[in-house]
Amino acid sequence: MKVLTLAKRELAAYFYSPMAYVIAALFLAMVGLIFLLGVHVPFLKISLEPVFRSGAESTLRPLFDVLAYGLVVVIPLLTMRVVSEEFRTGTIETLMTAPVTDAQVIGGKFLGAMILYVILLATTLVYFGLIAAFGQPDLGVAAIGYLGMLLLGGTYVAVGVFASTITRHQLVAGIIGIAILAFFTGGIYLLVLLVPPEQASAVSRLNMITYFSDFSKGVLDVRGVIFFVTLTAFFLFLSVKVLESRRWR
Amino acid sequence: MIDVQHLTKWYGRTLAVDDISFHVEAGSVVGFLGPNGAGKSTTLRILTCFQPASSGSASVDGCDVFSQSVQVRRRIGYMPENVPLYPEMRVREYLRFRAALRGIPRSQRAVAIDKVLEDCWLSSPQDMSYRRLETLSRGYRQRVGLADCLLHDPPVLVLDEPTIGLDPAQVREMRNLVLNLGQKHTVILSSHILAEVEQVCKQIVIISSGKIVAQGTPRELRERVSGPGRLIVELRGAMAEQLARDVAAIPGVQAVEPAEAGEWCRLSVQSTEDVDVRVQVAAMAASKGYQLRELRREVASLEDFFVQITYEQSMRQAPVAL
Ligand SMILES: Nc1ncnc2c1ncn2[C@@H]1O[C@H](COP(=O)(O)OP(=O)(O)OP(=O)(O)O)[C@@H](O)[C@H]1O
Ligand SMILES: [Mg+2]
Repeated sequence: MKVLTLAKRELAAYFYSPMAYVIAALFLAMVGLIFLLGVHVPFLKISLEPVFRSGAESTLRPLFDVLAYGLVVVIPLLTMRVVSEEFRTGTIETLMTAPVTDAQVIGGKFLGAMILYVILLATTLVYFGLIAAFGQPDLGVAAIGYLGMLLLGGTYVAVGVFASTITRHQLVAGIIGIAILAFFTGGIYLLVLLVPPEQASAVSRLNMITYFSDFSKGVLDVRGVIFFVTLTAFFLFLSVKVLESRRWR
Repeated sequence: MIDVQHLTKWYGRTLAVDDISFHVEAGSVVGFLGPNGAGKSTTLRILTCFQPASSGSASVDGCDVFSQSVQVRRRIGYMPENVPLYPEMRVREYLRFRAALRGIPRSQRAVAIDKVLEDCWLSSPQDMSYRRLETLSRGYRQRVGLADCLLHDPPVLVLDEPTIGLDPAQVREMRNLVLNLGQKHTVILSSHILAEVEQVCKQIVIISSGKIVAQGTPRELRERVSGPGRLIVELRGAMAEQLARDVAAIPGVQAVEPAEAGEWCRLSVQSTEDVDVRVQVAAMAASKGYQLRELRREVASLEDFFVQITYEQSMRQAPVAL
């Protein structure tokens, strides 16, 4: 109940701050670009055909695959203020002297950001509608793809919230969040090249993208669900501990 | 109601609160007094479960602040020093949020909010309930902070410098409000200003450099100030030395210092504890035919006392701080 109260306030704060709108615009522009125009960066040898073109497979999969990387930046920017702002303005003092636990506070922050993420994600349903109007997308594949987006987004939000508990400086929190996520997505590819070959497969198991691409393909893998849920819980647990310890100093 | 035992708080290597113990009865209003950096806010933060103590214990209404923190927080309304508020919220929206956090049942929230809005002068003379918190002046922020404390009608109120930044009229209103609240609640408030605390508090705790340097009722403290009799006497009729010798001969007088010699001789007389020698001085003057112009007990103000003991304390602390 208190988690809901906190999440509601969190959500209201998002809609009050211009930052949330800027980020939502960024997200929508990104989605629209991928969907209708494709991404072409000859310099980086990136060339992605638009998702929405004649003759293409009717699926949102390419969109989701790119978003998995795009959200590495978008979500930490969205969550960077959640706890750091409370410390900066001192409202943490009124918050934590009300009868709420640290876990409820983190839960509320997580849920609030998650709701906003789901709202953003829901806008892509418009594109799914377009695809459905012009082709026959597989509903099962789409559902699993969206489940993957939710699980992945949840983990990203948990990492973002965690980063925000570490410091009172929003921007630092944002950068830390992006760095952690960059490690769990692209960074692992580099790490795999550095570690001895026998450990490489173990290390690559930490890669969020590997698990996620199963979902975006339409394959429901329980290990993937467990991986994302565990990682989300782990980062939320860390956030609670950091929040506790910061008041102790 | 509130019991604090050997409370100590270190911030890294800074000792903010040093072995403090005190007890507050239910229904009393306690003033926490001390200069900047004395450790007032730190003590209040420990009492309100915002920060744990390094050692020692504190309990509110029988609940330990460390192990039963949620129960303690339910019983306390706390207004932090700078009254932090969420800038984007509106007054009523904020109070609704706080009421929900405090677990006030949905059906009672509107009534509770209307009541505190009225008690804290937020609904009349001017209705502020739809103002954004970031647009409020200091005094109004303070009122919102206070309204928030009173929302769940807690038995204990902890107010960190409730009158700082208020204009004189508001200070008076705040004082009356605290006096009023003191009839139903146990109140702890902190302040730098003794005169203010003196008027509303039944008990005063003076703290300096993390230590309690004096505590008691305002009366007890005032008595401590006037302490052993110190008299100012103005006489004439003989040489200054002669006058001083005559006064010194009175039983109970310990020391006499001629403070000013002129046509009138002014003497500062120190007598032993709890002996009032004014009558004897007057009788002596009459029997010797001296003229007596002034005879009074010197009373230092409580303010002087406060400045003096906190100053002494900080001087004693100075070498340690290095
Ligand atoms: N978060 C903190 N980290 C480190 N030191 C702190 C912290 N908070 C307070 N202190 C130190 O603890 C001591 C007591 O501070 P406190 O805020 O309790 O004083 P105060 O009596 O409330 O003073 P004021 O009248 O200025 O509000 C000070 O020396 C202060 O510098
Ligand atoms: Mg203070």
